[in-house]
Amino acid sequence: MELTTVWFALIAVLWIGYFTLEGFDFGVGMLLPVIARNDTERRVLYNTVGPVWDGNEVWVLVAGGATFAAFPEWYATLFSGFYLPLLLILLALIIRNLAFEYRAKKDDDTWRRNWDLSLTVGSFVPALLWGVAFANIVAGVPIDTHKEFTGTLFTLLNPYGLLGGVVTLLLFATHGAMFIALKTDGEIRHRARALSVQLGLGAAVAAVVFLVWTQAKTGSASSAVAFVLAAAALVSGIFAAWKGREGWAFVGTFVTIALSVAGLFLALFPNVMPSTTSDAFSLTTTNASATGYTLTVMTWVAAVFTPFVLLYQGWTYWVFRKRIATHHIPTTKPALETAGAR
Amino acid sequence: MDVTDIARWQFGIITVYHFLFVPITIGTSAIVAAFQTAWVRTGREEYLRLTKFFGKLFLINFAIGVVTGIVQEFQFGMNWSDYSRFVGDIFGAPLAIEGLLAFFLESTFLGLWIFGWGKLPRNVHAATIWMVHIGTLFSSYFILAANSWMQHPVGYKYDAATGRAELTDFWAVMFNKVQLVTFPHVVLAAYMTGGAFVMGVAAYLHLKERRQVATESDAPLYLKAVRIGAAVTLFAGLGVAISGDLQGKVMTEVQPMKMAAAEALYDTEKPASFSVFTWGTPDGKQEKFAIKVPRLLSFLATGSTSGKVQGINQLRDQYKSKYGEDPGAKYYSPGDYTPIIPVTYWSFRFMIGLGVFAAAGAALILLVTRNGGRPKGTWWPRLAIALPIATVLANSWGWLFTEMGRQPWAVFGLMTTQQAVSPGVSVFEAWVSIIALTLLYAVLAVVEFGLMWRYIKLGAPAYEEPPDHADTDDDRPLAFAY
Ligand code: HDD
Ligand code: HEM
Ligand code: HEM
Repeated sequence: MELTTVWFALIAVLWIGYFTLEGFDFGVGMLLPVIARNDTERRVLYNTVGPVWDGNEVWVLVAGGATFAAFPEWYATLFSGFYLPLLLILLALIIRNLAFEYRAKKDDDTWRRNWDLSLTVGSFVPALLWGVAFANIVAGVPIDTHKEFTGTLFTLLNPYGLLGGVVTLLLFATHGAMFIALKTDGEIRHRARALSVQLGLGAAVAAVVFLVWTQAKTGSASSAVAFVLAAAALVSGIFAAWKGREGWAFVGTFVTIALSVAGLFLALFPNVMPSTTSDAFSLTTTNASATGYTLTVMTWVAAVFTPFVLLYQGWTYWVFRKRIATHHIPTTKPALETAGAR
Repeated sequence: MDVTDIARWQFGIITVYHFLFVPITIGTSAIVAAFQTAWVRTGREEYLRLTKFFGKLFLINFAIGVVTGIVQEFQFGMNWSDYSRFVGDIFGAPLAIEGLLAFFLESTFLGLWIFGWGKLPRNVHAATIWMVHIGTLFSSYFILAANSWMQHPVGYKYDAATGRAELTDFWAVMFNKVQLVTFPHVVLAAYMTGGAFVMGVAAYLHLKERRQVATESDAPLYLKAVRIGAAVTLFAGLGVAISGDLQGKVMTEVQPMKMAAAEALYDTEKPASFSVFTWGTPDGKQEKFAIKVPRLLSFLATGSTSGKVQGINQLRDQYKSKYGEDPGAKYYSPGDYTPIIPVTYWSFRFMIGLGVFAAAGAALILLVTRNGGRPKGTWWPRLAIALPIATVLANSWGWLFTEMGRQPWAVFGLMTTQQAVSPGVSVFEAWVSIIALTLLYAVLAVVEFGLMWRYIKLGAPAYEEPPDHADTDDDRPLAFAY
């Protein structure tokens, strides 16, 4: 296989890692006001993802860096072209991350409410916009002979793009609900499970329309297989949730997201960013790539170090595998009281 | 302002802001790790209290370092897309490797450290914070390798067909001679900053404790932290000076104009003196008054007290014959190939001056607090409180000097800043971006300083035995929860 194809696949893997992992913590953030009824329950939700959200987020940083290194032209066209949506995503990620870190650091209701709002908005915006961005990448955007994006913000807000956003939004929300059902105990767990079935059905309808539309637009035989399997995984996941099998339900949405992203990349290949202006201007795995030497170096680095990353990230999930319920939340407000008590 | 101006202001604001927090993160993570290791080894309560206290401050700081870093990662593609196309083949690799090796390590092990109290065996838990620190060092290495390449491109060839620079030797980029002197300088400066941070905070609390007539005073605890912080500041400071001196020689070799600009040396001198202070005409071209140390510049630049240091006027002619008419003249240089001289001149002095002030202050504090006991006087805690600010500012001035002194080049000798900017980004988009980010960052500064101050005032938490990890009761509350 050509190295450019290998790197195309690796970048797909990084995005799969990002969406399957950060997908559920986006979901937890979006569902915070819906599932939690009081402060202790909100704290339970924060703590389900507490130890892992930052590690989940790094997947997108590495995806960005790897795109820069392996397909510089793609990185340049994509990020300068999708400027405003990307800026919004960055702003959202900033307030969202700080919500995790700062919410518990002051015993004050207004303070907590503001951070809760930041978490929810900060999760909602990227969950929607990443879908819009990916749908547009797959569908193609106006790109000129200098590989520059020539559209505007409104070029991206077309029906297909917006549907893509709705799909990621609903899928991540479902994924988050499944995760909460798996990671908590007591009432929250039941509420989350019931909600995951409802959200799942909504997501299934939107996803099927979107995947069929994608398949009709740019699909290949392999992307069709991925899409059909993704749909099957989603239906099985919803069924498992309905039956009370939370572990399988979460695996179901996990696999759904992974296969949908894989399908999108398969539908895209060998383009990385097709041009709607002229086929000749499309960015492809070959005309957007770095040199063979750089790709070789990067392949070695990835082959040697990725196993370690997977090992220690897996280990964190193992260390924090227990369910959390309201009685696990310490009653003293973290640090403040203990520090002042002296 | 056009897109280039806005993008430059944005890069400067965002990056300097990021780098206010980064050195504190690098330095303090090492000190917290050392405190925790001391606790695991000796079991002494004071070390656990210091670990928890400075650990909390470290986390408040770290959070902002992380969120501002995310912007950095995407900023190149957004505002500097032509730059990204031109150098991606070389510059992208260290950035991607930084993510894979450093960011995963930092974020995963930090999660383990924050939530791992009582869940992991004590020595394993202490190891997690060391892993975080190692992650910060990896991060520094790769990002600085990328930056050093921009200062002194190596291991590449220019491909006329694709119109870009292409990597030919990865190891040359990793062991660029500029990198080899920059990395120690920056990391030691970060230790200096972390040390000063610990010293300053502890000195404030020491003073506060002394003023209270408490029976069980924590003054000795804080005094210990003051001395540890001061020692780190002093020794790292010596290393910073040594590595800075080495950097000066490499810089003179690879970017002679920057050295001339650092001294505002218009005409070649042999031997050359270093001015500690100069008062000149506003355009900086004529001096009215100056305090000079003879031969010092020769020594800094060449290692010999009688070495020749080239002047701006001579270098400009050389650059012109080598690179042609100044391609960045419109945007940067008041004269061809010349950075803004007052900026380079003063930023260089502020960096060194503030650093020397901090190291000397730390030495003085070590001196008055020796022999334990209860050192009198309020001047030395006050001095200690000023030192973290001095070190943070020294870092900012250092970067301003390095980056401004490279102008008009973005990649020295290959690409100017003006050629690097995104051609497709509109002035409107650039304005939206800089305004949104600057406003958000201003709010974050208020929030972070508020929190930091609040937790500093609370002081070190009372000793509390952490739960035993072997206790498998599933129903006990979490030892730490958000
Ligand atoms: C990996 C690359 C890289 C790294 C690590 C840094 N910079 Fe830089 N810097 C650039 C890459 C760059 C750049 C992209 O090349 C810029 C943009 C425009 C330019 O001329 O260079 C730049 C410009 C730039 C400017 C604006 C200069 C001007 O007016 O044109 C400032 C003030 C800084 N930087 C400051 C910093 C600081 C404080 C850093 C410490 C973290 C830093 N830079 C690290
Ligand atoms: C312009 C280039 C830079 C880019 C693209 C960049 C990128 C980033 C990113 C994406 C993060 C967040 C990682 C996370 O989520 O955990 C980060 C944090 C960090 N960066 Fe930067 N960075 C730059 C400059 C620097 C420099 C010059 C240094 C050190 C010499 C540095 C050291 C760090 C450290 C130690 C962290 C960890 C968290 C913290 O800052 O508190 N960065 N950076
Ligand atoms: C005797 C003291 C010092 C000397 C001789 C010195 C020298 C230098 C030189 C020559 C450079 C420019 C390197 C280049 O552009 O290639 C530099 C950059 C820098 N300095 Fe210093 N410095 C000193 C003290 C300090 C102190 C005290 C700090 C901070 C606490 C500091 C932080 C920095 C930083 C962050 C940079 C920019 C990054 C780099 O290129 O290394 N320096 N220094």
